[in-house]
Amino acid sequence: MELHKSTAHELHNLLVEKKISSLEITTSIYERIEKLDKKINSYITLTKESALQKAKGVDKKISKGEEISSLSGIPIAIKDIISTKEIRTTCGSKILSNYIPIYDATVIEKLKKADAVILGKTNMDEFAMGSSTENSAYGVCRNPWNISTIPGGSSGGSAACVAADFAPLSLGSDTGGSIRQPASMCGVVGLKPTYGRVSRYGLVAFASSLDQIGSFTKDVRDTAIILNIIAGHDSMDSTSVPEDVPNYTKHLINNAKNLKIGVPKEYFIKGTSKEVEKTILNSIETFKKLGAEILEISLPHTEYAVAAYYIIAPAEASSNLARYDGVHYGYRTKDEGRGARDGDISAIVDMYERTRDEGFGDEVKRRIMLGTYALSSGYYEAYYLKALKVRTLIKNDFDEAFKKCDVIITPVSPTPAFKIGEKISDPLQMYLSDIFTIPVNLAGLPAISLPCGFSSEGLPIGLQIIGKPFDEGKILQASYTFEQNTEYHLKKPKLN
Amino acid sequence: MKNIINKKDVEYVARLSRLKLKGEQTEKFTRQLNTILEYIEKLNELDTSKTEPTSHVVPLRNVRRKDFQKPSPTVEEVLKNAPDKERGYFKVPPIIE
Amino acid sequence: MEYEPVIGLEIHAELATKTKLFCSCSTKFGASPNSQVCPICMGLPGVLPVVNEKAVEHMIITALALNCTITRQTKFDRKNYYYPDLPKNYQISQQYFPFAKDGFLEIKLLGDEKKKIGIGNIHLEEDAGKNIHLENGKASLVDLNRTGIPLVEIVTKPDLRSPEEVEIFMDTLRDILLYTEVSDCKMEEGSLRFEANISVREKGQTHLPPRVEIKNLNSFKIVLLAIKHEIERQTKMLEKKEKVLQETRLWDEEKQITRLMRSKEEAHDYRYFPEPDLPPLFISEEEIEKIKKEMPELPNVRKERFITKYRMNEYDSRIILSDKETADFFEECLKLGENVYPGTSIFSKDIANWIAGPVTRYLNEHNTPLSKTQITPQYLVELISLVNKGLINQNTAKNILPEILEKGKAPQEIVKEKGLIQVTDEEEISQAVDKILKENQQVIDDFKKGKTNAFSFLVGQVMKSTKGKANPQTVNKLLKQKLEIL
Ligand SMILES: [Zn+2]
Repeated sequence: MELHKSTAHELHNLLVEKKISSLEITTSIYERIEKLDKKINSYITLTKESALQKAKGVDKKISKGEEISSLSGIPIAIKDIISTKEIRTTCGSKILSNYIPIYDATVIEKLKKADAVILGKTNMDEFAMGSSTENSAYGVCRNPWNISTIPGGSSGGSAACVAADFAPLSLGSDTGGSIRQPASMCGVVGLKPTYGRVSRYGLVAFASSLDQIGSFTKDVRDTAIILNIIAGHDSMDSTSVPEDVPNYTKHLINNAKNLKIGVPKEYFIKGTSKEVEKTILNSIETFKKLGAEILEISLPHTEYAVAAYYIIAPAEASSNLARYDGVHYGYRTKDEGRGARDGDISAIVDMYERTRDEGFGDEVKRRIMLGTYALSSGYYEAYYLKALKVRTLIKNDFDEAFKKCDVIITPVSPTPAFKIGEKISDPLQMYLSDIFTIPVNLAGLPAISLPCGFSSEGLPIGLQIIGKPFDEGKILQASYTFEQNTEYHLKKPKLN
Repeated sequence: MKNIINKKDVEYVARLSRLKLKGEQTEKFTRQLNTILEYIEKLNELDTSKTEPTSHVVPLRNVRRKDFQKPSPTVEEVLKNAPDKERGYFKVPPIIE
Repeated sequence: MEYEPVIGLEIHAELATKTKLFCSCSTKFGASPNSQVCPICMGLPGVLPVVNEKAVEHMIITALALNCTITRQTKFDRKNYYYPDLPKNYQISQQYFPFAKDGFLEIKLLGDEKKKIGIGNIHLEEDAGKNIHLENGKASLVDLNRTGIPLVEIVTKPDLRSPEEVEIFMDTLRDILLYTEVSDCKMEEGSLRFEANISVREKGQTHLPPRVEIKNLNSFKIVLLAIKHEIERQTKMLEKKEKVLQETRLWDEEKQITRLMRSKEEAHDYRYFPEPDLPPLFISEEEIEKIKKEMPELPNVRKERFITKYRMNEYDSRIILSDKETADFFEECLKLGENVYPGTSIFSKDIANWIAGPVTRYLNEHNTPLSKTQITPQYLVELISLVNKGLINQNTAKNILPEILEKGKAPQEIVKEKGLIQVTDEEEISQAVDKILKENQQVIDDFKKGKTNAFSFLVGQVMKSTKGKANPQTVNKLLKQKLEIL
């Protein structure tokens, strides 16, 4: 039995039927990681010892006949931007290379309570800034479908490890597309829930008003299962919403009749590859055949989203990342204590500057400077306030559109996975590759990326389904229906 | 390419963000930031004079907690990750006023 | 040429909450370093703030006490600057929608003149930690216990015109904060801190010259010293036709002068922007009304009432209103005086005298607050009524006061136990007077020669011989009569 290929719900059934133990599952996954992750580099840190311990504990519970949760004994990988007590949390950065948190993120507490087995921490663009997982201080992560291409980013490690069967499922974070874009490029299911649906407590902040934790899974059922575990109000997060969490598995209904799907004309633009466009149109056709009603809609401010995003996100980031200064935790320059050399600054400022210069990569520095500039004296209104107003326009576009339809379908990324190094020296081109995912974050909406086809080079292509706020249920229903009637999610990359 | 931000601006911003830039780095960042800022100028095509800014996308309000004390972690835990410490304090290079 | 100073103040007061503004750590003063610190207040990656409701309540009270308009939708902003005692390297504060604004505080100047000092705005923010600079200059140490304690910042308009006004303003404001229990105002613990903006202009002008900001003012005394020094410095400059620049200065405790702080241009580029981690606070009319109902009468209003209704003098009112507890004690005594001892001529004046006099003297000598003593309003009223009924004399009353304060014994009981009931029987006193006169011929001679203290000596001797129980008026009367006929 090839355990590593199984979904979480398949493994759960095997555990409940006592056909297999959590220890066997966990051991076999580690064997595969140890054998093959050299090629992919999807993990930064593995936590084998504690994982095996946990697996044994779950097995004991099962043997005693105790009731177990849907994720009990199921291995899971965690993006290295989520705080894990006693497990190093680097955010893909040198500046946190030695940082061991003293507290668990709320989602980790929930996973621990559900007895999930944490395999390790996955590779990512430094502080989630990037769309290719090339900006990692721990080496580039590669796409299991073709190791000369990127896995997408910033949650590249979390997407790649699920695609490569190094974990049945994983957690990631999405600020401008960081779950959906790598999910699309790695051919797995990636959900970014509504802003406020999943607690951000313990998610290391990149852009606080946009960040949201979500999941990578091998099918839509697993997405519903893990959302059931991680969603919900948290008193530790003032932006978490005190709304009831439905049982998402109840939304796994194979039925697209009466489903009103909006297709925004602004998402079919120059610069999108013909293959991607064709694949998406085919998927729309599939929905139509399944009885859905397709409507053309308009989201007129789409073309301004990237520009607004690249003010708001860097501005918040410049403040969020100010804390990495070598004082209370994390990396500190080895060159401190020699004091100020140019006489202009004090020894402490010299230490700050050296620590941050040595600890941060170029993309992080670029965004910190961009954000600092946008907030600096005299520019606040022209940049930051302007961007917040454009954000309102973009949000209003969606509100209008959702008066007519239940969900919106778009491409996830204009192209399939690109080659490693292809865009790394051109930041703007890299930023523009998130053009279809960014508006969703600005509006705080839930959206999924679903495997919907392959390029001529055999690279996966994803379909984005966007829902109304807190209507993850509809997204899951649409996705489940699509998945039940297609076979894209069953295809696996060859990794030997 | 427009010159929205010059080398001096970049140096100022780097200093504000406590980043030390070396020689050619300043030029590279100046160039890249100009490309991005030029793209961002796109926003000026939109009239937003009657638009309210959105700083919170979810309309929550009045989230407050009780004034109820919980135990703090031990000093050992607090200082666990400190790059340098002394007698229960974080230790840093001298702060000269 | 005559010059006048234009002064504005920025006051930071720590709010009296059990826990910090955004986390559940204790705010107790004096704990060992970094023992009241958690992931949130030390700014570990991934943590988020949640507002303490008690701090919001204190803000509403402060806003009402300072006659401010409360912002119905108030928001938090981040103020970005780097300092080791600020672990996030930004302070959560309020810039664009401060908690309340446009208020005033009425102060009473000498000679009963009243003046309204404008309050620009008040806002809520988190405190920073403490840095300790090692003496060898090789390192600094950081303690984060104070990091995150809620602060109210009160910004006045530049309405103050002299150090005297500043002093009265500070006193009045402190009384209010203490009284409403918004802050404990302990300057020695850093709960109350000041910054001053000062400029000097020719008298009669209305423009605002460039202002000099003075930081680091940690006691009332220093605020006044620094302001006086700065007024002098600027006046001298103006007299020499020098230009005063807008700058930030620090009080130099050693040299007793203000000195220039390093002026880096970025020092003021705080890059404020809305705090994305905190939704706005909506302060409703109901919430304000509820707090208004529960609010104690403010000390300045109460003082006004005490002075007009009870004809209390300025000195007594100052002492009795120095804290709410004492003022409440006073009013409790008054109520008892009227209810329990009707017709016993317990006057408010007597109560005020006793509290402002002997009781306060005792508290000062023993450095203890009223609440730590055993006295109750009943006991004080009882004591005063014993005196007023002529059962004991004033001296006896003063002598037994410590026992009441320390042991909580009823005055009547003490008096009975010790047999201190005043001798009013003229016959008995007359005998005692005769006895003293017989024994002190020399003193009588002195008295006849006009030595006035000879008389008081004789009174004293009579009192002594009656163990202080004789009614002093009777002693006086009889002594005078008998000396005249001698
Ligand atoms: Zn704390």
